[in-house]
Amino acid sequence: MKAIIECRNAAASYDGKKVIGSLSFTLNEGELLCILGENGSGKSTLIKCLLGIKQLDSGKIIMGEGLKPSDIGYLPQYTNLQNGFPATVAEVVISGCLGRRGLRPFYSSAEKKLAQQAMERLGIADLAKKSCRELSGGQQQKMFLARAMCAAKKLLLLDEPLNGLDPAAQEDMYKLITELNQKDGMTVIMVSHDVVRSVDCASRILCLCSSDHCFFGTPEEYLSSHISKKFSGGSK
Amino acid sequence: MNENIRLMFTPEFFAAILLPALIGGIAITICSSLLGVTLVLKRYSMIGDGLSHIGYGALSVAAVMNLAPLKVALPVVIIAAFILLRLSESSKINGDAAIALFSTTALAIGILVSSKAGLTNDVSHYMFGSILAMSKSDVILSVVLSVIVILAFIFLYNRIFSVTFDENFARATGVNAGIYNMIFAVLTAVTVVLGMMMMGALLISSLIVIPTLTAMRICNSFKGVVLTSGAVSVASFLIGMMISLLFNTAPGASIVIVNVSFFVLFSFLGSLMKRRGIS
Repeated sequence: MKAIIECRNAAASYDGKKVIGSLSFTLNEGELLCILGENGSGKSTLIKCLLGIKQLDSGKIIMGEGLKPSDIGYLPQYTNLQNGFPATVAEVVISGCLGRRGLRPFYSSAEKKLAQQAMERLGIADLAKKSCRELSGGQQQKMFLARAMCAAKKLLLLDEPLNGLDPAAQEDMYKLITELNQKDGMTVIMVSHDVVRSVDCASRILCLCSSDHCFFGTPEEYLSSHISKKFSGGSK
Repeated sequence: MNENIRLMFTPEFFAAILLPALIGGIAITICSSLLGVTLVLKRYSMIGDGLSHIGYGALSVAAVMNLAPLKVALPVVIIAAFILLRLSESSKINGDAAIALFSTTALAIGILVSSKAGLTNDVSHYMFGSILAMSKSDVILSVVLSVIVILAFIFLYNRIFSVTFDENFARATGVNAGIYNMIFAVLTAVTVVLGMMMMGALLISSLIVIPTLTAMRICNSFKGVVLTSGAVSVASFLIGMMISLLFNTAPGASIVIVNVSFFVLFSFLGSLMKRRGIS
């Protein structure tokens, strides 16, 4: 097993408030990591640090050998889709291919095909020409996942991919994420609020409980730890 | 009116005054409408307005000190553009208020300096614009700028889309969004300063904002908005110029009124298309 991301004593703050104290974990290629934690526990901050959009206060995040920013697909949490931004679904999805373009200015037919396949896989191919301002929340979420799939060669970072989805769509999304992980061999890091589902599909769990207390391990270990009892209100 | 038309068709007037004005004007309207798409969609509309007031201040000071206006105004406005972009990006300071603070201060300095030196007449050119008095070097600079802006929109189109649509995602996939913001700041600053001489400080921001809003009424795609806003902007400029020559009205104001008319027309078309389920 090759490590894809190694976090060493990472500390980060948000708006001047310390949210991650000292976090260390190593994630191997091909794993599916679910990040749990209460609101404001630093889940999104951690994702941004992993992406390199945000600087750590101290510590280190070491990317596995050969992992470049352009290999990573990212689904932002609550993408603030500006009121009435004029863009078609196809335009948004293919913009995920930008990282792999390097400095070449135009998309190739291979990339157009990749975007088409991503849309088909998510069942939004028929919306390609539609303006993204007319989409429902769930359709938007699928569009952004399709964009992330275009960007991802090795690693998908999903910040609350189930936001705004109804139960049936959530089920589909889980299936698809598991499939991307198991069939396509994609490493997935996902922020979630759903303890039961996360434990069910993940191979690793990271729980950010407080700025200086966290858990990293397998779902089984997580369930038997006292942290899970506290986090899920004692029901598990 | 007849007198005006006859005057317009003398070859001397056409070659010496009208042609440079048309070339420079078309170049500036293309720049401002294309840059406007990103500025409006990134919620930076006010920056164009703020920059024009700062430019006015700088031009007035340059006029009073007897310096070449462009050589003073360009660097000042470029620096101001960087500062305003920074202020708008940082969430801690209220960007809108900061722009208002900067621009009114610069405007006040401009008015104070020029009124004290008794140059109000010269300087009022910058307030209301004087497209028929564009110098040869202004026209050349406008054309060079528009070539740069058009090439940037062709070759960096996909990056511009990504940075405009979702800057965080663009950064995450390895696009250096900071550089694009900087390029935009410089291009916008140059466009505003040149546009001011043509349209006046008070009206230049309308060239940046209105064409994009107009295009957004009927276009679903980013590409459509970019192309439509460019086309609408050039058409408004030409029609506005025509009106101003025929009816002897202020050119800048005529162009703005035509732009607004297009906006109203496209809003109507847009709602009609929606009702028929075309869009």
